Amino acid sequence: MKAAGFQYERPNTLSQAIQLLASSSDARVLAGGQSLLPAMNMRLASPELLVDIQDIPGLRSIEETEKGLRIGALVTHGEIQASDLVKRKAPLLARAVPYVAHVGIRNRGTIGGSLSLADPAAEYPAVVVASDAVIEIQGPEGLRKTNASSFFKGLYATDLEASDILTAVEFQQPRPNEMFIFEEFARRKGDYATVGLAGSVIASGTTIESARIAFFAVGSQPVRAEHAAKALTGCDMTDKFSLEKAAQLLNEDLDPMPDLQANRYTKLHLAKTLLVRALLKQG
Amino acid sequence: MNARSEIPFDLPTDQKTGYVGKSVPRSNARRLVQGRGCYLDDIRLPRLAHVVFFRSPHAHARIKSLNLSKAKSAPGVIAVFNGMDLQEFCTPWVGVLGHLKGIKSAPQHPIAIDRVCWQGEAVAAVVAETRRQAEDALEFIEADFDILPAVVDMRSALEAKYVIHPDLQDNICFSRELKTEGFDEAWAQADRVVERTYRFSRHTGVCLEPRAILADYNPADHSLTVHHATQAPHMMQDIFSKHLNIPESNVRIICKDIGGSFGIKVHVYADEMATAAISVALKRPVKFLADRMESFLTDIHAREHEATVRIAVKQNGEIVGFDLDDLTGIGPYSVYPRTSGIEGNQVVNLTGGPYRHKHYRAKLNVVFTNKNVTCQYRAVGHPIAVAITEGIVDEAARELNMDPAEFRRINFIPDDAYPYLSFPSGIKFECLSHQKSLEKLLTLMEYDKLRAEQAELRKKGIFRGIGLAAMIEVTNPSPAFYGVGGARISAQDGATIKFDPQGMITVTCSVTEQGQGNEAVFAQVAADAVGVSIDKVKVFTGDTSLMPYGGGTWASRGAGIGGEAVLQSGKALKSNLLDVAAAILAVEKATLDIHDNNVVDRLTSEVKMPLSEVGRVAYFRPDTLPMNFQSELTVTRHYTPREYGFTFTNGIQASYLEVDVETGEIKLLKHWCVEDCGTVLNPMLVDEQIRGGVVQGIGGALLEECLYDENGQMINGTMADYLVPMAAEMPDIVVGHIQTPTKQSELGAKGAGEAGTAGAPGALMNALNDALSPFNASLNMQPFTPQRVLQALGKVPVDG
Amino acid sequence: MNETRCLVNLTVNGQRVSKDVPVRMHLVDFLREELGLTGSHLGCEHGVCGACSLFVNGKLIRGCLVLVAQLEGAEVSTIEGLSESGELDVLQQAFLKHNALQCGFCTPGMLATAYDLIKNNPKAGRDEIREYISGNYCRCTGYQAIVDAVESVIAEQGIKQGVQ
Repeated sequence: MKAAGFQYERPNTLSQAIQLLASSSDARVLAGGQSLLPAMNMRLASPELLVDIQDIPGLRSIEETEKGLRIGALVTHGEIQASDLVKRKAPLLARAVPYVAHVGIRNRGTIGGSLSLADPAAEYPAVVVASDAVIEIQGPEGLRKTNASSFFKGLYATDLEASDILTAVEFQQPRPNEMFIFEEFARRKGDYATVGLAGSVIASGTTIESARIAFFAVGSQPVRAEHAAKALTGCDMTDKFSLEKAAQLLNEDLDPMPDLQANRYTKLHLAKTLLVRALLKQG
Repeated sequence: MNARSEIPFDLPTDQKTGYVGKSVPRSNARRLVQGRGCYLDDIRLPRLAHVVFFRSPHAHARIKSLNLSKAKSAPGVIAVFNGMDLQEFCTPWVGVLGHLKGIKSAPQHPIAIDRVCWQGEAVAAVVAETRRQAEDALEFIEADFDILPAVVDMRSALEAKYVIHPDLQDNICFSRELKTEGFDEAWAQADRVVERTYRFSRHTGVCLEPRAILADYNPADHSLTVHHATQAPHMMQDIFSKHLNIPESNVRIICKDIGGSFGIKVHVYADEMATAAISVALKRPVKFLADRMESFLTDIHAREHEATVRIAVKQNGEIVGFDLDDLTGIGPYSVYPRTSGIEGNQVVNLTGGPYRHKHYRAKLNVVFTNKNVTCQYRAVGHPIAVAITEGIVDEAARELNMDPAEFRRINFIPDDAYPYLSFPSGIKFECLSHQKSLEKLLTLMEYDKLRAEQAELRKKGIFRGIGLAAMIEVTNPSPAFYGVGGARISAQDGATIKFDPQGMITVTCSVTEQGQGNEAVFAQVAADAVGVSIDKVKVFTGDTSLMPYGGGTWASRGAGIGGEAVLQSGKALKSNLLDVAAAILAVEKATLDIHDNNVVDRLTSEVKMPLSEVGRVAYFRPDTLPMNFQSELTVTRHYTPREYGFTFTNGIQASYLEVDVETGEIKLLKHWCVEDCGTVLNPMLVDEQIRGGVVQGIGGALLEECLYDENGQMINGTMADYLVPMAAEMPDIVVGHIQTPTKQSELGAKGAGEAGTAGAPGALMNALNDALSPFNASLNMQPFTPQRVLQALGKVPVDG
Repeated sequence: MNETRCLVNLTVNGQRVSKDVPVRMHLVDFLREELGLTGSHLGCEHGVCGACSLFVNGKLIRGCLVLVAQLEGAEVSTIEGLSESGELDVLQQAFLKHNALQCGFCTPGMLATAYDLIKNNPKAGRDEIREYISGNYCRCTGYQAIVDAVESVIAEQGIKQGVQ
């Protein structure tokens, strides 16, 4: 289908962009467009005004910071995939990015766009939740920072208000003895996940001291598996039996919404299986 | 200096050893790799208008009110139409044929009048200067519907709790029963009976180029030119002529490059008829291009079946017979003109195909539902017939503790038993090679080695499966398919071959091209037949005004039927060329031959003159030829297979896969196909047809299903939700051949286009169930999704 | 609402173009309708089938998922341009030789993707080739011939460069 008509603006500054967003009750930010434009082409979304933020300076860099790594909202998945800095300082993100769609989409899609849309089956929201990353937002009231764990509110709903723009994400650098896990079950390469997990464990040898794990494609937003993480403490990553026992606690963490590919039982089962496999790989 | 006009291309210019049987690349593909094809949406015409359709959001409803006036005054809008507006321009149709006894359906209009019967059926049309504007205008249409009960489930359709077309009294479009003599007695004497119910989800073609049509009515001479992405231009010529009331010779159908069809584009679609009618009404060219979501809702679906099959066997493994109950759900109308009863009819005809049992009972019910219409899609009925036959054969082998290959070996119709005229469903086999094909397959795949590997890996908790599927395949049909039922669908084809003065030949043929390589194959045949090198041959298809009359491409008939017409016309042209040469040289024709673009001495091969010299004299200097001599350097020949209603081919496929029993994921490791399609005209093109067909079959078995909710709404009609095979999950496919030519033609070529799709689902299912046999788990419902695998293994509960 | 328009200036296949277009027009519609470059195809318009794959500023992208209005000053390379410049010669020959196309509708996008692969990973093996083209839908070939064609180009280039 052809998209419905709209007004299009391409401001040069962040404040202009925010003003434009505030000026209309039906405005959307256009970054890479890899999620927004398909929706518009199918007439599932028909905003009155598109605010194209590609010309706004300061949103495209990957920089080391005191805490770790700050990635501008307009950095594309392709740039993330190619970045050595990301591999070193935000390895979980580096692990996730090859799962995002396909090359052509990764060359345009941005981290800001992906997080702002908060598709329940997308990889990045779980990555930032599992990483305790910090989301930087600019709005009419100025700059604010939100922890990823409170950024996602529900189905396609985030902390962003109508005139807000996500401007950067900051990852803490890897902690000592931190090992990263990422698993995704999808029908075909590049598809939205049926179930996925992103996280890390801190281990001494093969024994888990602590774990931080977030699941995606299990509900309206990423879910931190706190019960399972607790149960994993003390588990040996070479001991399949004890890992499976801990994974059973996902019954308390997850209440998956069914989708076209899997019902809640299948998602729960896959979640447990993926968790055990992810940890065995580290063991 | 010449501009760079084309990439270098190695066409063999040496005709010495002949082209037929060689993997000659397709010269017509050169423009396609450079983005210089001409697909329907590439065509521009002056005053071209675009039509889009307002489609019913409901599966079944009365149109209470429809207000198009706001839409009509939207920017860029030229006209709007409802169903009644088009009645004046286009008559309705009914999809029935005489040879399917008792088949019934209701009249269908180009745009629905009063009542809509499936979600997606067109309710109104908006014509505008651009597609964008037409789609914008759709939002101003005000429509009110009285929702009617939607019949969505096949069983309830059969039970007629609610009848979709009250005039028809029930929801049965077509039913058929057959039972061979002595069935009951023979069945009672069997040692074992194994029964399974197999379910197949409806799925669809997903051609990358959506359906497309550009109708151009010229009132000045009451003529209609239709640029159409269709496989059967002459059939469409007849249909437009009949329903739009325009003399047949004033209707011209032109097919240029088509972006995939697979049967999807051989049917009559209401919105395409509407487009043509609108062009007549507006007296200007009108284009309709389905977008992808429209395609999912309205391109024909296929293959929704629930088949309960029983096999009766003796203790020694001999098959006594098959017993089949097949229920299939079509849309609310039988599609025109080929009918939606053919797929089920084929399942009845083909079940048990490779085997020499004598006994058969079958019952078929084809029922209407309020889901999208269904009709013939690549391999029509075969994927189901082969899967249920080969599935139950494997189950029987398992029960008797026999190796599945051995079980088949002892039951195949022997290779020396032909012609085999006593197959229980009535189909007749000219000459097949099941036994040879099986042996070739087992060798190719190193069957014993794979079995050993499977056993070893099972001990390590890795579960692989090997599945076989033997098949028969309908190709090169005679009028037995459609003509006998009254359809004006030609089972014959013609080829005209024309000699140009510089020594080139031009071939036009009524068979059409959608990328399978028909044009390339015709070039090979023509080059060999005449004696020219292939770079001197041009082939054109797809224009009813310029080609001989014929059937087009469907049912794997292009190469076998069109190829034979090309061969005969080529031979006749050669003879006529030699007549001229003999006259020029004043020698006996029998002393001459044509070879590699030259007239040569038949015995010594001495070159007598180039063909271009024959052309010069024949066309420009006939005054130098004998007084009564007339050169005839354009020849047309037609061909239709005569002896057999269907020219059956046979083949056998194998799938090797691994099941991750923790996640239910199926990994396809490899696939094999040994195919006997008679004379192989171009091994590369045939093998590629088979590979493409196999992957298409795998799609239906593993990934594809059109999902409808209980209200008849399709819930996965996008490329993100309807899953098609992509490169990362598909296996490499090894292809081998046996060649048993048909004697009905000189070329001996049978068809090969659909074989891959026919056997792949059965092979895959058998491999899957073989992999799961240590768990006493089996799957009988396609597609075999990870969730279904997990459910079969008992790892997740069924309800959710 | 009335159609919002804007002026776009960009380079297509080395030629500067300047056109007044509806802002909602995506790149493929721009190429096809405004410039008559019909080699870029649309199979879904929701970014899944890959038929519209082409190059913008040297990067492989999906033409249906970018508005031409976003491409002020950009450089676009389409199948026509890549063919005429000869950049795709070797790949195109390999495609013809292996019959890595049938109907040809996916082919411009498939060639663009294959070209991008060979540039970025000149040692790709069969599995990597399959992965890289996993976002390009082909219904006709079943993919094997395409993999064979790309593999043959990689092998040929490897021999030329003396790489194993």
